[in-house]
Amino acid sequence: MGFLEINNVTKSYGAVKVLHDIDINVDEGEFLVLVGPSGCGKSTLLNIIAGLENLTSGEIAINDQTVNHVHPSNRNIAMVFQSYALYPNMTVAQNITFGLEMHNVPKSEREAALNDVAKLLQIEPLLNRKPGQLSGGQRQRVAMGRALVRNPDVFLFDEPLSNLDAKLRVDMRTEIKKLHQKLKKTIVYVTHDQIEAMTLSSRIAVMYNGYVQQLGTPSEVYNTPANVFVAKFIGSPAMNVIPATITIKAKHAFACFEDGSGKAIDLQLSQPASSFNNGQSVLLGIRPEAISDLGNEDRNVNISKPFETMVMVTEPSGADTFVTLNLAGHDVVSRLRGDVALPSGTLASFTVNMDKVVLFDPETENRLDI
Amino acid sequence: MSIASQDSAVKNNRTTMVLIYVTLLVFALFYLVPLFVMIANSLKPLSEITGGNMMALPKEWTIEPWLKAWSTAQIGVEPTGLRPYFINSIIMVVPAVIISSIIGALNGYVLTKWRFKGDTIIFGLMLFSCFIPFQIVLIPMAMVLGKLGLSGSVSGLILVHVVYGIGFSTLYYRNYYAAFPTELVRAAMIDGAGFFQIFWRIMLPVSGPITVVCVIWQFTNIWNDFLFGVSFGGQDQPMTAALNNLVQSSTGVKEYNVHFAGAILAALPTLLVYIVAGRYFVRGLMAGSVKG
Ligand SMILES: Nc1ncnc2c1ncn2[C@@H]1O[C@H](COP(=O)(O)OP(=O)(O)O)[C@@H](O)[C@H]1O
Ligand SMILES: [Mg+2]
Repeated sequence: MGFLEINNVTKSYGAVKVLHDIDINVDEGEFLVLVGPSGCGKSTLLNIIAGLENLTSGEIAINDQTVNHVHPSNRNIAMVFQSYALYPNMTVAQNITFGLEMHNVPKSEREAALNDVAKLLQIEPLLNRKPGQLSGGQRQRVAMGRALVRNPDVFLFDEPLSNLDAKLRVDMRTEIKKLHQKLKKTIVYVTHDQIEAMTLSSRIAVMYNGYVQQLGTPSEVYNTPANVFVAKFIGSPAMNVIPATITIKAKHAFACFEDGSGKAIDLQLSQPASSFNNGQSVLLGIRPEAISDLGNEDRNVNISKPFETMVMVTEPSGADTFVTLNLAGHDVVSRLRGDVALPSGTLASFTVNMDKVVLFDPETENRLDI
Repeated sequence: MSIASQDSAVKNNRTTMVLIYVTLLVFALFYLVPLFVMIANSLKPLSEITGGNMMALPKEWTIEPWLKAWSTAQIGVEPTGLRPYFINSIIMVVPAVIISSIIGALNGYVLTKWRFKGDTIIFGLMLFSCFIPFQIVLIPMAMVLGKLGLSGSVSGLILVHVVYGIGFSTLYYRNYYAAFPTELVRAAMIDGAGFFQIFWRIMLPVSGPITVVCVIWQFTNIWNDFLFGVSFGGQDQPMTAALNNLVQSSTGVKEYNVHFAGAILAALPTLLVYIVAGRYFVRGLMAGSVKG
């Protein structure tokens, strides 16, 4: 039994189904992130939880009570919108206390709550300003203040940071995480940014096309993606997914690539040979950081035999250098240490951390659970 | 080189500006001449008009024509002046403008923020009402007013103007509120504000500019209406009908100076609305643009 239950929720606009059987239980104090590309139904699901949209079938329950027919203001939720949605004609203080006023909270209590929140978010000097006189980051804080002051059961965030510039976005991300650690409230947070999802969440629901593709902790989603979509969506640069053929030699399974030039590359898989058929086609998923240049690999893992290949592009980014290499005709991105010296156009040898390799069925694109 | 060309660009600019201003001045004069004629002649004794130059300033200044137009001129059979009709018009136009604007604002609010099945069709039909000529509805309107017992009264006129005004006021507010972020309404819903609280506390406070536009439009239209006034006004004729009676009266000499004064009196409220509200209108637009 979760604190917030999303039970088999579907949503259709006319004939178009935008949410398919969404089933998620959120525990009290959990930080659930809904992540997915634009148009996948994240906001629709959040609005359904808030009660701003009706669901077509299914159930939303908060604190063991079905709220399908409960008005948004009585669900004990608070929402932070992407545009902040601050009332332009009211001061910051009025914006924050408007909800309390609507719930007939006495003035003295409203003021006490306002002061607490203003202190927590360090917006005391702004209280008498209008939203139009605030910077983006300040508006963001006020929007959070408006949500916090109600002391709700569940916080809903709809892409709250996507209107901020890159630096501020990272700072606010940390602040939201701190705030969650301090207040331990249940949060459902929508974003299209997978880094936000990874850094903030206790669990991630990766959505695509109205389906939850995978629900799991950040490390589950990252290390054992349910399918090729999740594998490519989570992580930057994206996971390399390349077709390969399984060959079984001497009780070991190898992923073999032919690049047409007759120079085959065999990578010995960590998975037992008994899980495969000889000649089976698979999709091999390799994270960029699972590839190392020869001599710099992690010693405690199962490392493949080195293979020599052409360096296509080298992109230094400070801490890391992204090197694109050619693996059997496919561009494969690797994440190497910052000071690596591999000019493009040269030949170099690489190894793969085979423990980190994931395999997908080329038909269904689902991960092979072996 | 570059400085020289810049110099000539500035000079060109100046010539253009002078040309524009001269043209504007000529047009302004052209439009102001009738007003000048009206004001000048309304301040002359009648003899100066009949025996002299319409374009000349008064030799003998007098406000007698104004006083006469206002309080003693013969309107129809009674020598009441325009005053009672002016009051009729005010009593008619103020509630009609307020009611039609409020209904328009509510309609716009519902049509954009509380959308329902068929809302676009309803809006389309309301838009359609903007294009129905007055003459077509005269007879049905007379029947409705008769059934309601409002024939020949100011209340009847108010009803007619409200009904006719809703089309335009709805159009104004709907289009204005369509650009108003729906997230604000949703935030207010979560905050616990009801239908009217959202309208009153969130929407109306930012509706200044469109309210000014709507009020100017409704006020001028209702004030200047003649057809509905003579048709449904009964004893309580509005200013426009009275002015017509004053100017068209066939008995006695034509007192042009009194007619001019009466005509200006009839136009004064709309002028005032333009001058006062027009400034707020511009101010509202500026406030929006600065905020960005
Ligand atoms: N009122 C609506 N009518 C029809 N389709 C809608 C409506 N609102 C959203 N959709 C569709 O539902 C899908 C999900 O939208 P949304 O939840 O806003 O996506 P996200 O927030 O993930 O970007 C989109 O394909 C969108 O076009
Ligand atoms: Mg969205």
